[in-house]
Amino acid sequence: MKVDRRDFLKLAGIGTVVFSSGLGQLSNLANAASGKDDFFFVQLSDTHWGFANPAVNADSAGTLKKAVEAVNNLKIQPDFIMFTGDLTHVTDDDKDRRTRMSQFKDIVSALKVKNIRFMPGEHDAGLDEGAAFKEFFGKTHYTFDHKGVHFIVLDNVSDPTSTIGKDQLEWLSADLKKQKKDSRIVVFTHRPLFDLYPDWDWYTRDGAKAIEMLMPYSNVTVFYGHIHQEHHKNTGHIAHHAAKGLMFPLPAPGSVPVKNPIPWDANQPYKGLGFRSAGAKVKETRYAISEFSVRGEKA
Amino acid sequence: MKSMKTRILIYGAVAALILISVGSYSIAAENEQVIQITAKRFEYSPKEITLKKGVPVVLEFTSLDRLHGFNCPGLGIRMDIRPGKVNSLRFVPDKVGTFPFHCDNFCGSGHEGMRGTITVTE
Repeated sequence: MKVDRRDFLKLAGIGTVVFSSGLGQLSNLANAASGKDDFFFVQLSDTHWGFANPAVNADSAGTLKKAVEAVNNLKIQPDFIMFTGDLTHVTDDDKDRRTRMSQFKDIVSALKVKNIRFMPGEHDAGLDEGAAFKEFFGKTHYTFDHKGVHFIVLDNVSDPTSTIGKDQLEWLSADLKKQKKDSRIVVFTHRPLFDLYPDWDWYTRDGAKAIEMLMPYSNVTVFYGHIHQEHHKNTGHIAHHAAKGLMFPLPAPGSVPVKNPIPWDANQPYKGLGFRSAGAKVKETRYAISEFSVRGEKA
Repeated sequence: MKSMKTRILIYGAVAALILISVGSYSIAAENEQVIQITAKRFEYSPKEITLKKGVPVVLEFTSLDRLHGFNCPGLGIRMDIRPGKVNSLRFVPDKVGTFPFHCDNFCGSGHEGMRGTITVTE
């Protein structure tokens, strides 16, 4: 099913509808599109290019390409696209890692939108402290501004101990000091900043320090990946939204003794996989999130 | 003169405390069970460890290749296992049961399978 303009406006939350999501009831977004600075971006995560296990994903070589096609088929294209880490699946061989990154980069170059941002996951950067990632995609932490929103990309994976680290926290502190207390701030991370489920590495050891730094700012939203499923959580007034992955889903936090990928279901291929759009209504600092399947259907 | 007596009493008390502390440590050290564990991609050796409840233990970890981790949530213990040194974790098992542990510092393609168990008996 392709999404037409009207439907997409609804799904992206910038149409004339009221809808609810995992975030709870969202306000009426009528005429949101008329806001000249309103926009939306697409978040893709955990593509794990190079992963090969047909019992887990029978179309591991085709899933990312289908997602690229689905994004390209959106009638209205996003302002930018963000990949929130684990672009490639881990390999212990440095050369293979670079081959996978090269192949990944080639596939996503087919995206119509050319404003694409990348950040690493531990599969990309955990074994070489981000060396290969930097060669292909640039810095592992950085900021950018778009239509009145300040975006901060935090790296909590290049250090294999699941930490952001002192230097980067100082960098974050310095960046935040330049912002007003009511600035629109969006943070992208790979791992959750809060303790979602530490026993499964679903946390950042010094994430509480980053959250503490962000707390004085009234308009902060965090988008992350890593857990291969949709998840929404607030720490105080800061909302944290996890995205689905694009290679295999993982079980709900703590729902099973051992964390393993959920097997492929031939009757429901691509189940649990997908991407999302986030419509930014800047003036009101709301992000209307819509989830899409790999094929671009509203999930 | 009174001040001198007070000083002597204080020094004596401190010395006695030190002796008691050293004595306690010696007693504890004598009872401690020491278990040496090697960690390498992607396994611990041994990976199954049996301990006795209430008996102090020192787990001495050595990494044969890179940074690994040891995390046993059921017993509430963890540590980084850094190469080039012995990483000692001292604790007293306080409950009976079988408790899984795993590597919690991302170490490569077999990281998710780097696991073991600690069994604590009465």
